[in-house]
Amino acid sequence: MSKYYLNYLDELESEAIFVLREVWAQFDNPVILFSGGKDSILVTHLAKKAFYPSKIPFPLMHVDTGHNFPETIQFRDDIIKQLGVQLIVGSVQESIDEGRVAEERGKNATRNALQITTLLDAIESNKIDCAIGGGRRDEEKARAKERFFSHRDDFGQWDPKNQRPELWNIFNGKHYEGEHFRAFPISNWTEMDVWNYIKRENIEIPSLYFAHEREVIWRQNSWIPNSEFLVLEDSEEIVTKKVRFRTLGDITITGGIESDADTLAKIVEEVSGMRQTERGNRSDDKRSETAMEDRKKQGYF
Amino acid sequence: MLDNNQLLRFTTAGSVDDGKSTLIGRLLYDSKSIFEDQLEAIENTSKKKGHDGVDLALFTDGLRDEREQGITIDVAYRYFTTPKRKFIIADTPGHIQYTRNMVTGASTANAAIILVDARHGVIEQTRRHSFIASLLQIPHVIVCINKMDLVDYSEEAYNKVIEQFEEFSSKMLVKDIRFIPISALKGDNVVNRSENMNWYQGAPLLHTLETLHISSDINKVDARFPVQTVLRPQSEGFIDYRGYAGRVAGGVFRKGDQITVLPSGFTSSIKTIDTFDGEVEEAFAPMSVAITLEDDIDVSRGDMIVRSNNKPNTAQDLEVMLCWLHDNSAKPRAKYSIQHTSNDQKAMIKEVIYKIDINTLERITDDSELHMNDICKVKIRTTKPLMIDSYRENRTTGSIILVDDNTNETVAAGMVI
Repeated sequence: MSKYYLNYLDELESEAIFVLREVWAQFDNPVILFSGGKDSILVTHLAKKAFYPSKIPFPLMHVDTGHNFPETIQFRDDIIKQLGVQLIVGSVQESIDEGRVAEERGKNATRNALQITTLLDAIESNKIDCAIGGGRRDEEKARAKERFFSHRDDFGQWDPKNQRPELWNIFNGKHYEGEHFRAFPISNWTEMDVWNYIKRENIEIPSLYFAHEREVIWRQNSWIPNSEFLVLEDSEEIVTKKVRFRTLGDITITGGIESDADTLAKIVEEVSGMRQTERGNRSDDKRSETAMEDRKKQGYF
Repeated sequence: MLDNNQLLRFTTAGSVDDGKSTLIGRLLYDSKSIFEDQLEAIENTSKKKGHDGVDLALFTDGLRDEREQGITIDVAYRYFTTPKRKFIIADTPGHIQYTRNMVTGASTANAAIILVDARHGVIEQTRRHSFIASLLQIPHVIVCINKMDLVDYSEEAYNKVIEQFEEFSSKMLVKDIRFIPISALKGDNVVNRSENMNWYQGAPLLHTLETLHISSDINKVDARFPVQTVLRPQSEGFIDYRGYAGRVAGGVFRKGDQITVLPSGFTSSIKTIDTFDGEVEEAFAPMSVAITLEDDIDVSRGDMIVRSNNKPNTAQDLEVMLCWLHDNSAKPRAKYSIQHTSNDQKAMIKEVIYKIDINTLERITDDSELHMNDICKVKIRTTKPLMIDSYRENRTTGSIILVDDNTNETVAAGMVI
């Protein structure tokens, strides 16, 4: 007898496909926000499934801080070619050059918050009415309150206290011109679900996720990669370690962990034993207790 | 066998002092779903606020205002996994002014946990939460009689609550109600079996959640396929391909089935059921697939494909249980957009038949104004027919939302009677 129920990964997949198709049906000009990290790669993979045998019917958009891992850019360009979709790049460097934003100063300066302006500018100039992201509710406490369809006003701002109620699987994407939505098809996935699914589907991911030898320094309790942007302090020393990254952000703020996990199977095993959250190595979240909420309100991913 | 593990969604409604946060904290902590850095962050905040020990409520509150005020305002989703199942908790506030958030959390739940303080028994809030679980047709209700440690783990206290509960719940539509005596604080019967209540023969809460039979929670009889979008690749190998993309909302579709497209009434049969991973012989709820038909007929978003021998009602006049969700009250005879599956039409609230006093559960017939959090029975007229089942038969094809065209806000959620 056949079983008439889905296992949890199939159910999550089906839910994400449903959300992606709703986005396509309800909006005129959606994009997938593509960072080159595993979550946006997963969303892209699910979009491939949602519209098969058609191509993904919308572009990928990358907010390029200029502080990338070279591997990420290579991966991005390869996947664009493979899928035959358009790539839109919003450049933080251009925003700086145009005087729209100024570089942060001080010891832990990053371009993390600068992305918000570039992202909102790119959304406006490309007349995007829905930006699909790989945000997950298990990632962070402010993200736990996100909707699948999340409204942004004409300043690109999120108002967490006045969110539209979202019942059953009925999504209300109605909006005025100039406003836009963020859609989160993998809201209900956990880090573990993502890895189990990547392994099951054998999805290609950047080499950075696998254990590899790399020059790093020890800073804020994690291994920060050496790069042209790194400013060493006196006490800091560059060493070579076998590391891998659990999440990928800017090369300046993404900390690696020491690991020997060089296959998907080993990564899944390693992640299942982890006692720290994956964003624990992201210094952008450590600035204050409500760092994510504050950035999200302004229009962050 | 990880491959067969199912996903169970449950909701917990309650306020801070009835132990809801402690219970969730206990489930997450004992199932090892709280990470060290999260625990550390909570410990630090607890210290800063001068609390004794770790305040687990902080773990379940997210937004700045919630942390400052120490209350839950919005629905928060929490996740944990055991070797048997993946769980999604819709953690909702319990106070009457947040009824709409409870309704939201309940809308997708397989199970509801209702907390009763063993010292106080069934109170107004218990009635309200149970009513919402029944209204939203949550298939399984687990009444946790909490704080058993404060009544000396007495069987008598437990039985008294059951008696009170059964007295008022006889009219409710929940098929499966269970009772578990627990102490969330001490951990009795949450994850581990209590050694203090040998008189209780049932399973602890987590084991109950792990083994609830949920495969039949979704309607597997009446085949319903709301079309979300049409896939027309027009690329090599797929020049004439027309696939109707959607998520099965009920029943099972098989290759070769005789189908009818509603509302047009055109008939055809299923040629293929496609997914990225290849053709499948059958598709059941809640699978996302693309269906191709033998005949070239006009099908578009908002249409519903059903088996020809089992059709939903095609209706413009609906009786609906409505929960008003918005600050702006309902305008008499005003028009709203109505969203039902992938269908989007206009509708008018023609008549408020009665409102329900959510605390006494009595009907109010002399007040037809609809304010935030009101629950009422109404008559709705739509401009075009909807293909509906009763909510009791199918939570997907029996539910609607109303959207205010002036603000684009979702203002009401409804269940078709």
